[in-house]
Amino acid sequence: MSLVNESNLGLSASGASPRDYVVLLKPRVMSLVVLTALAGLLLAPRPVHPVIGVISLLAITVGAGASGALNMWYDADIDRLMARTAGRPIPAGRMAGGEALAFGLVLSFFSVIVLGLAANWLAAGLLAFTIFYYVIVYTMWLKRSTPQNIVIGGAAGALPPMVGYAAATGSISLSSVVLFAIIFIWTPPHFWSLALCKAADYGRAGIPMAPNVWGPDRTRLHILVYSLVLAPVGLAPWLLGFAGPAYGVVSLLGGVGMVYGAINVFRQREGDKARKIAMGNFGFSILYLFALFGVLVLERIVLIGTGVLL
Amino acid sequence: MPTNFILKPLTPEQEKRRRQRNIAIGLAVAVLVVIFYAMTIVKLGPNVFIRPD
Repeated sequence: MSLVNESNLGLSASGASPRDYVVLLKPRVMSLVVLTALAGLLLAPRPVHPVIGVISLLAITVGAGASGALNMWYDADIDRLMARTAGRPIPAGRMAGGEALAFGLVLSFFSVIVLGLAANWLAAGLLAFTIFYYVIVYTMWLKRSTPQNIVIGGAAGALPPMVGYAAATGSISLSSVVLFAIIFIWTPPHFWSLALCKAADYGRAGIPMAPNVWGPDRTRLHILVYSLVLAPVGLAPWLLGFAGPAYGVVSLLGGVGMVYGAINVFRQREGDKARKIAMGNFGFSILYLFALFGVLVLERIVLIGTGVLL
Repeated sequence: MPTNFILKPLTPEQEKRRRQRNIAIGLAVAVLVVIFYAMTIVKLGPNVFIRPD
């Protein structure tokens, strides 16, 4: 007869609150997914039934949140080492890893099933692929092995507009691929601006982010190159005719802002000022993407509301 | 095969959080029921009024 340590059996009482589970879903990332997936949904030539649209949007958002929970389960060991992530539920000791794993798997399953039943199985398949890509390809493989981690891994964050479009139409179109491309090219300058300021954190955790492997100067050059590519790609929805003039103006001004910010990041390399400029560029990149997709959504809502799209 | 389990009684804070988690799970299940109901009605469309004789 032996006495068994309760923690070995996973029987210890959980100290997690519902708020901790919400944190696992990465709500800020989810807010961006809601907007980008909605843009994809609204790009459909014929508007989707509003109830099906809302349920699809919810499923896509929950699927994205589920992959966030699985990411936090797998990354708990390195999250513990970084100031930015040490307060997350698992490294902070408020939740066992197994709880996050179970939560993420259950939500992944239900989000894919609900999207398949509500919309179609192409959309559900794309959502399942998004979760697989983020958790297996990015989190488990790329993140700890190459400075191209967020470049290749960025595909997962770029897929929601394609999932949204597929949910509304059952197909993939050039317009949804263009929205994918915008987010895909936006991701590196966005993340590397943050990574420039958090290089010590990433170094402590042994994550090969670009500034740690290539050095800050080469990273600044890459930020500039990606921003120069991003500006015209951001204009593409207007140039290709599936976004209106308001989008054209916002994407033009936003693109100029992204390039201007990247030039500043490239030029200012030393001291506190360089750090402030990089963080400023990180903040502006979020504003840029929200503005682009926000205007795209508003334009489509106006078109649907005025009966141009029926 | 172990036969003895040591389970500490829950602290008031743990009990409160467990109750909060249970309420959240209940709400999530209720939302799922509403989603499946709404989905069914929308998919059936006007056919929802057709009744077998």
